[in-house]
Amino acid sequence: MLPRESVSVPGFATQVLRIAAKDLRIEWKSREILLTMGYLAVVIVLAFAFAFVTVGGERLSPSVTSGILWVSVFFSGTVALSRTFDRERDGEAIRALLLTPIARSAIYLGKLLGVVVLMASVEVIVVPLTAMFFSAELGSHLLWTALILVLGNFGYAAVGVVFSAALLRSKSRDVLLSALLFPLVLPVLIAGARATSLLLDPKSADLGSAVFWTQFLGISGGIFVVLGLWAFEPVLSGD
Amino acid sequence: MSLQLQAVCKNYGRHRALSRITTEFPAGRISVVLGPNGAGKSTLMGILSTLVAPTTGTVLWQGQPLVAGTPMRAQIGYVGHEPGLYPDLGARANLTLFASLYGQQLAPAALAESLKSVGLAEDLEGRLELPVRAFSRGMQQRLALARALLHNPALLLFDEPSAALDPTGASWLAGHLQRSREAGRTVIVITHDLGLAATIADRILLLRRGRLAMDRTLDAPMSEAELRTLYEEALRVAA
Amino acid sequence: MANQAATPSSRGPGAVWMAAVVLCILGFAYLPQMVVQAPIERTMGPVQKIFYYHVPCAWLLMLSTFVCAGGSIAYLFKGSMRGDRVARVSAELAVLFGICTLVTGPLWGRVAWGVYWQWDARLTSSLLLWLVMVAYVMARRFGGPASRKLAAALALFAAADVPLVYLSVHIWRTIHPKTTVVPTLGKEMMGVFFTSLGMFTLLWVVLFVLRGHLEKARDELDTLALDVEDHLEA
Repeated sequence: MLPRESVSVPGFATQVLRIAAKDLRIEWKSREILLTMGYLAVVIVLAFAFAFVTVGGERLSPSVTSGILWVSVFFSGTVALSRTFDRERDGEAIRALLLTPIARSAIYLGKLLGVVVLMASVEVIVVPLTAMFFSAELGSHLLWTALILVLGNFGYAAVGVVFSAALLRSKSRDVLLSALLFPLVLPVLIAGARATSLLLDPKSADLGSAVFWTQFLGISGGIFVVLGLWAFEPVLSGD
Repeated sequence: MSLQLQAVCKNYGRHRALSRITTEFPAGRISVVLGPNGAGKSTLMGILSTLVAPTTGTVLWQGQPLVAGTPMRAQIGYVGHEPGLYPDLGARANLTLFASLYGQQLAPAALAESLKSVGLAEDLEGRLELPVRAFSRGMQQRLALARALLHNPALLLFDEPSAALDPTGASWLAGHLQRSREAGRTVIVITHDLGLAATIADRILLLRRGRLAMDRTLDAPMSEAELRTLYEEALRVAA
Repeated sequence: MANQAATPSSRGPGAVWMAAVVLCILGFAYLPQMVVQAPIERTMGPVQKIFYYHVPCAWLLMLSTFVCAGGSIAYLFKGSMRGDRVARVSAELAVLFGICTLVTGPLWGRVAWGVYWQWDARLTSSLLLWLVMVAYVMARRFGGPASRKLAAALALFAAADVPLVYLSVHIWRTIHPKTTVVPTLGKEMMGVFFTSLGMFTLLWVVLFVLRGHLEKARDELDTLALDVEDHLEA
């Protein structure tokens, strides 16, 4: 039995999907990330609900409601980010993965996709819950709101996956991840919160601004993904 | 089809992990690397597996430079002291995943063949979906070997492969390594286990404080006691 | 057995640097005098003179960040250790001049606008920039084995980020005086301003060279330590 000279490498898109599918499949078995993330997101929304409660029960303004939603999404998102690489570190699967011929950028995009799906799954619960607690009208532009959230998830995860990988073996990983991540994802937070609040406001018909913010989200997300593709490989090879 | 190192050095800041290593690992031979803790064996393994770039010096595989991240890593099979498997996935899922990352479809027949070659066919009968974390370390190690051999690699790297194995497992591993040698593969084993080394080694290398203190091809197999004497002598001389 | 790997660089940053230090000291001794004699601005009164210190510091915060990003890119994609040193040094300078900017700004603002802080584009993005540079320094210290690469990635993202933040906040409102302030200055004011700018920039260069030299010496010490080890083993 002679060793084969070459091995065929699957196409790029296939590589990305395999990685994402693997992550989601592992997650589906225990649903650990989903449950802890979801719980954290709900708790954060509740904390705000109680912090802002008034006797008269007046409604909070749309921008506050939208802000609460986005803060909750961002903080619970760190769970997905740190856990996504934990799974690789258990059993040193990451080393076997890095030895396969698939591209590092495929690993990056696969992980990114996995995190976005996880965040979106949590949002399916948290968004209606927020609407309920704060009497906000989400139904009017549901699909648009969903688009904004997904674009925001992409921007957030694009930065987060890079730093989560870099902090893989760091002792202070959880603390540092939030500390390093949040200043950088501020544009996403600003744009996302603004866009959502414009959609939530029944009085304002300022859909033009909402369109602008949605585009802004798309562009900044795109920029972050490109930067992430560049930075991921050097960061992963560590030193 | 050999692996050559030419004056390879690796520094981490002020610490020199490897110092001017020059040697050759021929095909169809089992080279065993011995050495005390902290000698630089893990660093050497990192460089041989293309995951770590040397600070200076070159690594050549079949006459081509082997740089970090090269596609030639598709010809490498690696078994470390961690199994390099996803603990939450089953044996079938793990092997199918890794096969697909090497561009291969793992048909049930091929899967069965692979498990049989590492002696797991009976143990895993009907338990292919059980998460790998439920297996004993010995079984995980065998599965890791199956994973490493899936793509028929020409270069096999082992880092403390017998650490988790009982004596039966260790002798099975020795047999497996010898079969790989007969198949014409280049096999490099890092180990503390002098018994294993004595059974399989064609060449003995000794690393001490980042330097190659001994690099010898054996004309005839050695007994463990002889090897131990040789090892201790070499350590004394190098001190 | 002479080793070609490292010859220690010159004993100090050099004579040119010393001259720059002297010039700096003289310049900063004279600068307050110039500022006092500068004409008083019509609308804001004497407090406007903080401008002569505040703007150069803000400019140096920007400069330091770009230099840090540049060095980080060189390190991340070319493995340039020099780039890494440049990044390290300029990050610290960014934090330093950032503190100066963020202290002088609100002092001016309190008198000029009645409030210490406003969430307009320029203030927000400056604060963000400074925060990221602080994060850079923290990442170097506590980031674990990959901290160099981690910090470099941070600088890379920050370089793209700050324009985005600036743009996003700018859409609402801005009450920060626009850069057009400079061209509309009277001739005497321009003179003082550019002298101050020049002096501060010179100070930046002096600090950069000094700190860079320290880092270079540190790296050379590592190489020398390795060579000593080699000689002992051989």
